[in-house]
Amino acid sequence: MRSSLRMRPNDGSRPLVRLEDIVDAIGASVLVGDKSLLQREITTASACDLMSDVLAFAKSGILLITGLTNSQVVRTAVIADLSGVIIVRGKQPETATIELARKMHVPLLGTSMHMFETCSELAKIGIMGTCYDTF
Amino acid sequence: MKDNIVFSQGFEIQGGDFVRAGEASCQIVEALRELAFPPGVVRRAGIAAYEAEMNMVLYAERGTLAMTVTPDAIMIFADDHGQGIPDVELAMQNGYSTATPEIREMGFGAGMGLSNIKKNSDKMQITSTVGKGTKVHIVIEANGARSNS
Repeated sequence: MRSSLRMRPNDGSRPLVRLEDIVDAIGASVLVGDKSLLQREITTASACDLMSDVLAFAKSGILLITGLTNSQVVRTAVIADLSGVIIVRGKQPETATIELARKMHVPLLGTSMHMFETCSELAKIGIMGTCYDTF
Repeated sequence: MKDNIVFSQGFEIQGGDFVRAGEASCQIVEALRELAFPPGVVRRAGIAAYEAEMNMVLYAERGTLAMTVTPDAIMIFADDHGQGIPDVELAMQNGYSTATPEIREMGFGAGMGLSNIKKNSDKMQITSTVGKGTKVHIVIEANGARSNS
C-alpha cells in the first residue's frame, strides 16, 4: 500500500487552501501577515527544525512548520523563497524575528499545537508534503 | 572585464554574530530580484551565499561576502580569516560537521553547507589554509536570464 500513499489525487477535487484557511484550521495566531499575505495559496508544507535541511531539500513556495524562533528562520524563508512559517508548540518568537518577518513580508503564524498535530490538521485540509511535487 | 560588471556589493561578516547572520545574503537576494533575475536563479544564488555566510559566522573570526554580477554570471566570493578546513574533501561530504551543540540548536551545522553550495552553483572553488582561513568562489551562470537584459 506504500505506493498508494504517494499518489497525488488527480480527480481535480483538491481544495484551494489559502493561509487564512490554515489560520482557521489550526487556531493559529497571526504574528505577521496582513489581508493580502494571508491570501497566499498553499499546496505543500515541510516540517523541520533544521534550517540546513530546509536549504538543502525544501522546494520554493512551501509553508515551513518549525519549532525554531530565531531570525534565521525568517532569513531562510526569504532565501529559499518559502510562502510562510508556522511556529509550533506555543513558542513566542523573539521581537527581532517578528520585526524581520514584517520587513521582509514573510507571513508568520504561531500555534500551541505540536508539530505532528499541526501537520495532521494541515493534511486534513489538503496540504501535502513536498515529495508529492514530483507527481 | 571590468566594463562588464553590472552590479557589485560587499559585506563585512563578523564571526559569532548570530543576530545578523544571514543579513548579507538577504540583501544579495533583494539585489538580484531588483536586477530581474528569474526566481530560480535568485534562489540558487541566495542559498549558496547564505550557506557561505553562515559558515563564516559559525566557524571564522571574520570575513567578507562579496557579489559581482556580469551579464553572464553571478559570482559570490566568501573570504574569511579563521581556523580553516584541514581536509576540504572530507568537509565537502554530506553530513560531515564540526558544529557545536549551540550551532545545531540554531538549526545549522548539519554538515550540508558546502555540498549544498556545490549543488546550487555551476562552479565552486574552495581553498583553505589551516590557521589562516578559507576562500570560497561560487559562480552561477546566468546567460541572458535577466528578464530586462
